[in-house]
Amino acid sequence: MAKKAESTLKNMLLALTLIALVASLALALVNRMTKGPIEEVNKKKTEAAVEQVLSVPDPSDNTKMVKIYEKCESDTVTFTDTIKGKPTEFTLTRYIAMDSEGKVVGKAIESYSDAGFGGRLKAMVGFDAEGTVLGYSILESSETPGLGAKADQWFQRDGKGNVIGAVLSEKPLAVKKDKGDVDAITGSTITSRAFCGLVNTAYKAFLIEKGGNEQ
Amino acid sequence: MKAKDIIRNGLIKENPTWVLILGMCPTLATTTSAVNGLCMGLATTFVLMMSNIVISLLKSVIPDKVRIPCFIVVIATFVTIVQMVMQGYIPDLYASLGLFIPLIVVNCIVLGRAEAFASKNNVWHSFLDGLFMGLGFTWALTLLGMVREALGSGSFFNHPFISGDGMLLFILAPGGFICLGLLMAAINRLKK
Repeated sequence: MAKKAESTLKNMLLALTLIALVASLALALVNRMTKGPIEEVNKKKTEAAVEQVLSVPDPSDNTKMVKIYEKCESDTVTFTDTIKGKPTEFTLTRYIAMDSEGKVVGKAIESYSDAGFGGRLKAMVGFDAEGTVLGYSILESSETPGLGAKADQWFQRDGKGNVIGAVLSEKPLAVKKDKGDVDAITGSTITSRAFCGLVNTAYKAFLIEKGGNEQ
Repeated sequence: MKAKDIIRNGLIKENPTWVLILGMCPTLATTTSAVNGLCMGLATTFVLMMSNIVISLLKSVIPDKVRIPCFIVVIATFVTIVQMVMQGYIPDLYASLGLFIPLIVVNCIVLGRAEAFASKNNVWHSFLDGLFMGLGFTWALTLLGMVREALGSGSFFNHPFISGDGMLLFILAPGGFICLGLLMAAINRLKK
């Protein structure tokens, strides 16, 4: 075996510097290679979520979903919403869906709530032009598997706590325990509350006019 | 030391999960399904193999007093590569394992093998050690994942064989400990 380098200050500095340099070079190269694909993947994910939440059942064939828009623009809005009695500032991204003539037919909002059981619960929520919930898709969740994590199916059209078709201008979403209409996930009231909260926040963002700020 | 011994050590005699009981955090957290366990195992295997090779190559130029920071930099580099490649090319897997990939850096198996094996042995043996320690970790995680998935969600590699829910307990953390303990007991018995 070759003789080991002595632990002199010079040797230690040299070894650490060289290793760190080579490591950062390697990472820079890999980053360059994967940057494109990662952005692509994230963009596709968002597009798929927008399409999913802005789709309605095909009138001629109920098993298929058709999207309601032709083109889509995104913007960000900043506003304050009251969460648990405290004003909280939100900055959310919206995807404004338009038909071929440029008329707004709906909006998808990337909304979140920090009141989930495992922290942040993030979802894309779609509304039609009148503010009726068209669909949602969970983007990020740290809820308990088998309990709160069921939120991705539970509130869908054929789920037990269906929220699709809810009209938020009449009444904000709330679980039955809080005198609302939504059936909470069994054993996961906290997750269900967080979900209702994020839909309500999304609705606030929906109400803001295009290009405008808080009404 | 012979290659045959290194292979036997990694897979059975000094298996990181069943015998050395190292790296329990990813073991319990990612084995909610067989596929997750398998992929976590393979990601760790890659890191273990590469870091063992590099550290064995560098062992004579790394001064003793700074060896741990040097090892960690090497390991962290490979982990970050795995993470970026996975995020770009296998996004579905990244979505389910994402949180645990950076944690491979602090997985005791990786640093443990660098310190205990790669810094004292030649490149070929270190490569074999990394590969088979990794595969030992992989089969342990896959087996644990299979048992937990079968009991917890009633499926085998994501193919359900019962309808309805399984025993939720086994997907959650306590079930992980229960399965790990029982499997460890069974394996100890079989090894006798």
